[in-house]
Amino acid sequence: MEFDLPLVWASLIAFAVLAYVLLDGFDLGVGILFPFFSKGTERDYAMNTVAPVWDGNETWLVLGGGGLFATFPLAYAVVLPALYAPLTVMLLGLIFRGVAFEYRWRSEQSQGLWDLAFTAGSVTAAFCQGIALGALIQGIPVAERGYAGGWWNWLTPFSLLTGVAVVVGYALLGSTWLVMKTTGSVRQKAHRIAGVAGFGTLLLIGGVSLWTPFLDPIFMSRWFAFPQILYVVPVPILVAIAAFVLFRGLQKHNDGQPFFAVQAIFVLSYLGLGISFFPYIVPPAMTIWEAAAPDESLLFLLVGAAVLIPLILAYTAYAYWVFRGKVDPSEGYH
Amino acid sequence: MTELFDAVLLARIQFAFTIAFHIVFPAFSIGLASYLAVLEGLWFFTGRDVYLQAFRYWMKIFAVVFGMGVVSGIVMSYQFGTNWSVFSDKTGPILGPLMGYEVLSAFFLEAGFLGVMLFGMNKVGPRLHFFATLMVAIGTLFSAFWILSVNSWMQTPAGYAINEAGQFIPADWWEAIFNPSFPYRLVHMVLAAYLTTAFVVGGVSAWHLLRDRANESARVMFSMAMWMAAIVAPIQIFAGDLHGLNTLEHQPAKIAAMEGHFDTQKGAPLILFGWPDMNAEETRFAIEIPKLGSLILTHDWDGEIKGLKEWAPEDRPNAPIVFWSFRIMVGLGMLMALLGLWSLYQRFRGRLFETKLLLHSAVLMAPAGFVALLSGWITTEVGRQPFTVYGLLRTVDSVSPIDAPAVALSLLAFVVVYFAVFGAGIFYVLKLMGHAPNPGDSGPRADQPIRAAGLTPGPAQPSHEPAE
Ligand code: HDD
Ligand code: HEM
Ligand code: HEM
Repeated sequence: MEFDLPLVWASLIAFAVLAYVLLDGFDLGVGILFPFFSKGTERDYAMNTVAPVWDGNETWLVLGGGGLFATFPLAYAVVLPALYAPLTVMLLGLIFRGVAFEYRWRSEQSQGLWDLAFTAGSVTAAFCQGIALGALIQGIPVAERGYAGGWWNWLTPFSLLTGVAVVVGYALLGSTWLVMKTTGSVRQKAHRIAGVAGFGTLLLIGGVSLWTPFLDPIFMSRWFAFPQILYVVPVPILVAIAAFVLFRGLQKHNDGQPFFAVQAIFVLSYLGLGISFFPYIVPPAMTIWEAAAPDESLLFLLVGAAVLIPLILAYTAYAYWVFRGKVDPSEGYH
Repeated sequence: MTELFDAVLLARIQFAFTIAFHIVFPAFSIGLASYLAVLEGLWFFTGRDVYLQAFRYWMKIFAVVFGMGVVSGIVMSYQFGTNWSVFSDKTGPILGPLMGYEVLSAFFLEAGFLGVMLFGMNKVGPRLHFFATLMVAIGTLFSAFWILSVNSWMQTPAGYAINEAGQFIPADWWEAIFNPSFPYRLVHMVLAAYLTTAFVVGGVSAWHLLRDRANESARVMFSMAMWMAAIVAPIQIFAGDLHGLNTLEHQPAKIAAMEGHFDTQKGAPLILFGWPDMNAEETRFAIEIPKLGSLILTHDWDGEIKGLKEWAPEDRPNAPIVFWSFRIMVGLGMLMALLGLWSLYQRFRGRLFETKLLLHSAVLMAPAGFVALLSGWITTEVGRQPFTVYGLLRTVDSVSPIDAPAVALSLLAFVVVYFAVFGAGIFYVLKLMGHAPNPGDSGPRADQPIRAAGLTPGPAQPSHEPAE
């Protein structure tokens, strides 16, 4: 087989979505945890750890969606109508949390209101992303290049479970981020939350992982048939190791270790999903190759991506470098 | 069938509603980002504090506007799939990569450097900070480039072929990107964004000058804004005329609707005002100037202009909307140019800041750019109907297989949320604008040492910001 453009693009889109989850995950997490911090300084402080970077983080979501439109237009045209309600609500959630970053500084009387919008928007967005994930895993009916289900198909006990899992998982990411970036009372609270959220996340990941194989025989064969099981068994083992590193780090009050351990757990879970999905882009109806745009489209964008994505990673890294280390509580331009 | 039509209509209303909000913020961000880059550049090279004050004043406003632009834009990029899935499937192979380039070359650039621009002055120093501001400004322009290429392709498709599945596939990327109407649209739109911003800056600074004639920042802002009005508004009229000629070539039905012509005629009049009646197929109550229409569009007194009757009724755009939105835009464009000329006259008499009526007019004209911008888009988009890809893909055939109640519900949610959220945002922006741009009390950093505004240019001071 020569250079397989659809496969390359599937990996790139998967990478964009993963980058989104890892990056926006922690700032949505900070939003989810906002009510645990006291009004005023603690919340200002927590928000300022993510304020300079959240917009760049969210852009990976635009790349995920826009990239899908560009390279797998058929999948985009099927998945988005199928997830009409959860995606619409997610967008509304992202509106509230996005504007809260600026609005809450603009008026003292309504700061409480925008703090609430920040939390509600973050929880909603995370929950809907989880539902979307669950709905995708459980399968989308397709007929003649279009979505063939109703507008409530996404709602099942399984998708609700994945919704909760993502909220708790993002909360864990957010809490370990705060442990890394703050000092004092904010850090203490975040540290306590991280312990609880850590257990919750592992439990929920376990639940989702055990449930998934029963949704579709394809998934079952991926995970439990011999000899495939030999390839996939390292994933849960590595998750267990990362979990151990996480709790060790928390126990020793380490700054960065818990955060990076959680990132590893997310990467591994994502990998697990990838194993279940491949080679489908819309399971069980459509493979990567069936949904791909023509090679000319894929190649044209790939040329740009090959130059621009490394550049993006470089200046994103630069931005994180500028704001490295513990955040100064008095910082901000407002 | 009626059910389907309802879903289509609702989806159209939703698209029009969300994009109308979206466009207002990006247009202002495009103009403001460039303006901020100019202000910071002036400060960087002259060291005059007025520029820094003006920079900080507008940066806070920029942050709010930009935030609204981002969240409303994310909605747009998902809406193609949720509401227009057939359109997405068919045009994805061409429009998708163009939007992909927008994400890669523009959105990341803006977002990546925005944090440094807003929060990083103390961390990176003036030189890198100026660089970050420049990157944000360039990012907004890249964004305009790609999205307008997309929109222009929908108006004047080129460089494509159609495959067995009915998708538009790329045949020649260069032709697709630089499709026939794109250069005109890009120029006209970027100028529109600059004019919009210039009139906001002009209006706000005039407002403060009316209260305090001596406010140095306000004087600088007002003078800059009036230069923009005087230079850019006439260019915009010229560019708009060229744009119209281009449209005549590629979308004559749209021009017929803009002009209110139903019958094809030689030596057509210019209809100034009237009411195009689609059922009666005539423009009623027309006030017209004989032959001028042909002269403007064909540069010949007796040139032939096609009327709407050349097209079947189901292929005609809605003439009253297009006719009137076009007139609002052009009328405001003329007023902008007039204000610019008047400011030139007062400037050379040395009375730029003293002419009360000029200042009042500038305040009145502050929102003119937004209105002209929206009118222009309505002309363009409604005039493209009933197609999403002009002449090739009908709007009714573009829509997602979603039930009308679902679309209605989401439309309702968008309307409620947009009015609440963006209403609040606009209120905060107005509140920020209500503060006078005084040295010290309006800077984005309250811990900034207060300096008197220097009138003579001094050398740039690299270590301007005290370390915290
Ligand atoms: C000519 C200007 C223009 C027009 C017609 C549009 N946009 Fe836009 N858009 C911008 C100019 C812009 C911008 C100035 O570049 C923004 C404003 C704030 C920002 O981040 O970039 C932006 C933001 C923005 C974002 C957020 C980017 C981020 O996260 O930073 C998205 C996803 C879109 N837009 C998508 C769209 C879509 C799908 C459009 C068409 C239907 C559209 N925009 C029309
Ligand atoms: C930003 C300013 C824009 C405004 C104010 C605007 C406004 C509108 C309006 C009023 C309609 C409805 C026309 C009708 O129903 O008769 C419409 C339709 C549409 N526009 Fe735009 N538009 C803008 C930009 C864009 C851009 C940049 C794109 C493409 C990327 C676009 C794509 C569409 C599509 C797909 C429709 C189809 C839905 C329909 O025809 O109703 N628009 N727009
Ligand atoms: C009097 C001068 C003007 C003339 C003759 C003019 C002419 C035109 C024409 C012919 C179109 C194209 C419609 C189409 O075929 O698609 C257009 C679109 C537009 N105009 Fe104007 N215009 C003028 C002033 C303005 C001003 C002052 C603004 C805003 C500040 C503005 C903003 C726009 C926008 C945003 C569009 C739609 C985008 C596009 O197609 O580029 N125009 N104008």
